[in-house]
Amino acid sequence: MMQSNDTTVTDKETQVATPTFLGEEGSNALQQSESWSENIKYLLVGTLFGIVFVKAEIISWFRIQEMFHLHAFHMYGVIGTAVVVGMISVQLIKYFHLKTLQGEKVVFNKKQFHWGQVWGGLLFGFGWVLTGACPGPLFAQIGSGFGVVIVTLLSAIAGTWVYGYLEARLPH
Amino acid sequence: MLDLLKAPWPWYVAGVFIGLTVPTLLLLGNKQFGISSSLRHICAACVPAGLPFFRYNWRKEVWNLFFVGGVFIGGFIAQTFLSNPQAIQIAPQTTAQLQAWGVTQFNDLMPADIFNFAQLLTLKGLVFIVLGGFLMGFGTRYAGGCTSGHAIMGLSNLQWPSLVATICFMLGGWTMTHFLLPYLLKL
Repeated sequence: MMQSNDTTVTDKETQVATPTFLGEEGSNALQQSESWSENIKYLLVGTLFGIVFVKAEIISWFRIQEMFHLHAFHMYGVIGTAVVVGMISVQLIKYFHLKTLQGEKVVFNKKQFHWGQVWGGLLFGFGWVLTGACPGPLFAQIGSGFGVVIVTLLSAIAGTWVYGYLEARLPH
Repeated sequence: MLDLLKAPWPWYVAGVFIGLTVPTLLLLGNKQFGISSSLRHICAACVPAGLPFFRYNWRKEVWNLFFVGGVFIGGFIAQTFLSNPQAIQIAPQTTAQLQAWGVTQFNDLMPADIFNFAQLLTLKGLVFIVLGGFLMGFGTRYAGGCTSGHAIMGLSNLQWPSLVATICFMLGGWTMTHFLLPYLLKL
């Protein structure tokens, strides 16, 4: 179903064949492994990203309401520009066969349609408006001092867990 | 210069930065941009409970937790050193509509009358803070991604299922805003 079982690795600790995460959203397709210190570069990219989130007010509950009332262009401008810049970058990487820093071929995932994208997407939209955040801005909201959002984050983790529990029983 | 950084950043600056995250992560180490997977890794690392959905090598995905850790630090830096001295400027029609629905605090990035610890003891606080978070976390996993994984990474790579998901995110948000929010804000 959602799990990509095309390759398996052995989890050293449990000695059980573990499905890889490859092909999932946010996955790591790098062949070689990275040390903790090598992971710092992702922390730095995240930091810049978090600053942009706050400074462009993307983490603002009010900006989300404004967007869904069609009262301002701001959020559409942010998402639209990001998609266009992302699209051009992906095309350039493909056209020039750019390699990763480690010299590996850049991997792109194909996404399969399933009904979760519809039902889950609608539920996500409900949550987006209520909290005024999607998962990224949650972390930035907490960092910028809205302490109660820790509860929202824990609740989002609980929601993710409940999905994992019900996965096989939900229509996809 | 500092004044310019402290003022709210325009959409095109933010859009370019966020868009560039896609190639940056790919070229730094073949990472697919996507944030909600961090929630899944936290489950897989802390409470897998033997569920197949959480049985994968989350250690290989630890970069994602570094990334969201960075987002947290970025939020702190922006608020501490680059904070906008002015109150947030949103569209006057939005303010008027929200006022009519009972929102009273408009100074900060979030409405202080809903998002505070005392509100957790009220039905309204539970709906906005707890139920909202739950729907977000459940929905994003059911959809297989969030605004970053589908709307930005998926659309950048021209994946039509991501377009379906993005349309549904917007439809869900639109429905909540126009049909449910007026009642929920009055709780």
